[in-house]
Amino acid sequence: MVDYETLKIIWWLLVGVLLVGFAIMDGHDMGVGTLLPFVGRSDTERRVIINTVGPHWDGNQVWFITGGGAIFAAWPLVYATAFSGFYWAMLAVLWALFFRPVGFDYRSKIHDARWRSTWDWGLFVGGAVPPLIFGVAFGNLLQGVPFHFDEYLVSYYTGSFWGLLNPFALVCGVVSTAMITFHGANYLAHRTEGVIQQRAITASTLFGLLFIASFSVAGVWLYFGIDGYVITSAVDGGALANPLAKSVSREAGAWLANYAHAPATIALPLVAYLGALAGIVLARGKHTLTAFVASALCLTGVIGTAGASMFPFVMPSSSDLNSSLTVWDSVSSHLTLSIMFWATLIFMPLIIFYTSWAYSVMAGKVTAGYVKENEHSAY
Amino acid sequence: MVSESLVDLSRLQFAATAMYHFLFVPLTLGMTWMLVIMESVYVMTGKEVYKDMTRFWGKLFGINFALGVTTGITLEFQFGTNWAYYSHYVGDIFGAPLAIEGLMAFFLESTFIGLFFFGWDRLSRQRHLLVTLLMAIGTNLSALWILIANGWMQNPVGAEFNYVTMRMEMTDFWAVVFNPDAQAKFVHTVSAGYVTGAMFVLSISAWYLLRRKDVEFAKRSFRIAAAFGLASIASVIVLGDESGYMVGEAQQTKMAAIEAMWETEPAPAGLNLIALPNEAGMRNDFEIKLPWIMGLIGTRSVSKQIPGIVEIKEKNRERIISGIEAVQRLEALRKNPADAELKARFAERKDDLGFGLLLKKYTKDVSAATPEMIEKAVNDTVPRVSPLFWSFRLMVGLGFAMLALFGFAAWYSVKGSFADHRWLLSAAVWSLPMPWLACELGWFVAEYGRQPWTIYGVLPTHLSVSTLTVGSLYGSIAGFVGFYTILLIVELYLMVKFARQGPGSLGTGRYANESAHA
Repeated sequence: MVDYETLKIIWWLLVGVLLVGFAIMDGHDMGVGTLLPFVGRSDTERRVIINTVGPHWDGNQVWFITGGGAIFAAWPLVYATAFSGFYWAMLAVLWALFFRPVGFDYRSKIHDARWRSTWDWGLFVGGAVPPLIFGVAFGNLLQGVPFHFDEYLVSYYTGSFWGLLNPFALVCGVVSTAMITFHGANYLAHRTEGVIQQRAITASTLFGLLFIASFSVAGVWLYFGIDGYVITSAVDGGALANPLAKSVSREAGAWLANYAHAPATIALPLVAYLGALAGIVLARGKHTLTAFVASALCLTGVIGTAGASMFPFVMPSSSDLNSSLTVWDSVSSHLTLSIMFWATLIFMPLIIFYTSWAYSVMAGKVTAGYVKENEHSAY
Repeated sequence: MVSESLVDLSRLQFAATAMYHFLFVPLTLGMTWMLVIMESVYVMTGKEVYKDMTRFWGKLFGINFALGVTTGITLEFQFGTNWAYYSHYVGDIFGAPLAIEGLMAFFLESTFIGLFFFGWDRLSRQRHLLVTLLMAIGTNLSALWILIANGWMQNPVGAEFNYVTMRMEMTDFWAVVFNPDAQAKFVHTVSAGYVTGAMFVLSISAWYLLRRKDVEFAKRSFRIAAAFGLASIASVIVLGDESGYMVGEAQQTKMAAIEAMWETEPAPAGLNLIALPNEAGMRNDFEIKLPWIMGLIGTRSVSKQIPGIVEIKEKNRERIISGIEAVQRLEALRKNPADAELKARFAERKDDLGFGLLLKKYTKDVSAATPEMIEKAVNDTVPRVSPLFWSFRLMVGLGFAMLALFGFAAWYSVKGSFADHRWLLSAAVWSLPMPWLACELGWFVAEYGRQPWTIYGVLPTHLSVSTLTVGSLYGSIAGFVGFYTILLIVELYLMVKFARQGPGSLGTGRYANESAHA
């Protein structure tokens, strides 16, 4: 069995991998959902757009579900504290996601303009709200969240839902929505042609630039205005997980300290910028597949940046600093981390293999002709 | 202390959303195999009608599946949102099967379901059949891992309490996976799903036959459903008996309540066919008893005794009193975690910790529990008898009614005359709700019967909740009621619309009602 301390770090990386997988896969179909009512102006155009993700959105959504399950299994305290603390935000994500399965599957089963337009806006909500809220959630994690534990490790969240919607968090929400929509636009440009593709390329430029601007604002704000957190007691990475056994302080600039300790991590925000720039330029040159790869790299860079800034913190507490959750003390037991590590190692390559196969079977442009030919079976 | 209404509302929300989710799951479980069978016949015979069957029943399956996915995410979220302490306390064990379910099963099912619907023109016949098969395997593996998680709640094996991390931790993964409770539950539950899929196809096909519409299509569908249904209902009943046996080993309490068995009887115990349980008097006002049967089902022997409710409560009283000591010793140990003597003293009483925690419902300081509180906690340890007693009997009754229906359907299928027996076709149409009702009752018995625990003997339900306000619960319940009502109306509308239209909705030009297509 791999030693406990190493496994804790591996799991921090694996949660990152699952988040990146979620952002790349479910992100592109959420982005397509967000763009749907704007890029598609007639029913046929909208059906073309929906059918670019029709065969895949369900598999992609499992990245989200598995990510949730993996956090439950590997970081049970984070799962418990974040989901119950962010109660209304989580319900908003959940209820927004409700619109997706039914929106995709039910929309085109009835010939009625109002019915279809209702589900189109439902797909918009299901595509735009989750990334917005995840961004806001990350914005709050970076600032610290008001919660504490009692002696039985029962968690108490003392903030409010409206408190989550502070200016810095909202900027992070814009970063997240912009990057996901940008990524979705590149995917859409790759899978369509003609006027839809043209509009998707315009959207790619627009949201790519919005991403670059908001990411820069968030970075500057983080540098000058957001205090980070530091563990001030000695860290024993191999110790049993008990979040009350350490002491923590809040310090200006602490979120940037990791970049000084490990200069290689500066590559992460750089990849985010370069991916965005390359994605914009490549999409405009109609190199749509490479544009998609570039925006995927951009997402990886952004998530990596957030993770690297906060390491080893996962969910700092602003009201009771020592209750903060870190990769060292909010994790599962050694055995569970080990089993989940092997399970991931075995199944992740299989998942990537058959997902790629599914995309290759459905590869090619989705056209108005395709939708008409498959009137009764397409979405 | 956690407020009663918070606990009650959290339970209500979980029960309602879980039972709602299970309106869609059993049909998915059963339909995937029905589709595999129909498509296999298509690949082997090359007859186009079997492809149409796969596509048409697949269309109805898809309408159902969409809501299954929608409502399934709710359950995953809810452990974190509403049951935070539960998630902390047992996430080390419970989270693993849920995550593996995603990795091993749900990815498989969800990736291939896309190709099932969209891949007809892009895949060879054999490859498409493989896709359908993988979808079915994924669906069933998904049920396996969920029921491993649920089985652990009923019979928490392979885990141990850790006083440093203040939670249960896994000690033996394979014990969790091969938990006899989980295995028995899995086979019983998926078989019930197969019955649901079979009933769905049987009923709707019978409806077409009664109207003499798309007769060849409906006849072929009916036959497959009758054969698959008969095999499945037989397996539900036999394997249900197997889970009865497991309940007997791991959870005598549930069994005693299901059977309204107040006093321990000399082995082998009789089975109450019908009784009027009197909760206050701890007796039955009336009963019709079948001798021996209960002992045989519960213990697979004629000599082992099954404890009655009175005896179980007395044992639990001892464990609660011992549990008070366990809680005190734990609290002392948490203050001095390095003290070897405290460690040893806690270890002696560790197994009764959960029973001590039952008192947390009545007092924050367990060591100050009064005899009245202990009495209340003892009474809590056995769930109310009447709801379990009657739900269980209704479920079993439905099972046997379906056995009769599928028996006749299969018999007349073999004879080839089923389409001429209008009574049989009518019975099949009217039986449509039966499997759903039986499935819901089954879950009610399993979960209500586990009370007052979320993890039997380990974690009381009232400690498992999140520290939310009652207002949040009312708000979220209102939201779920609103969403779920609208979704159900939309789903039923589409389901009825396409079921009525029949295979004409495929637009192939071979069936009735083509013009009515959408």
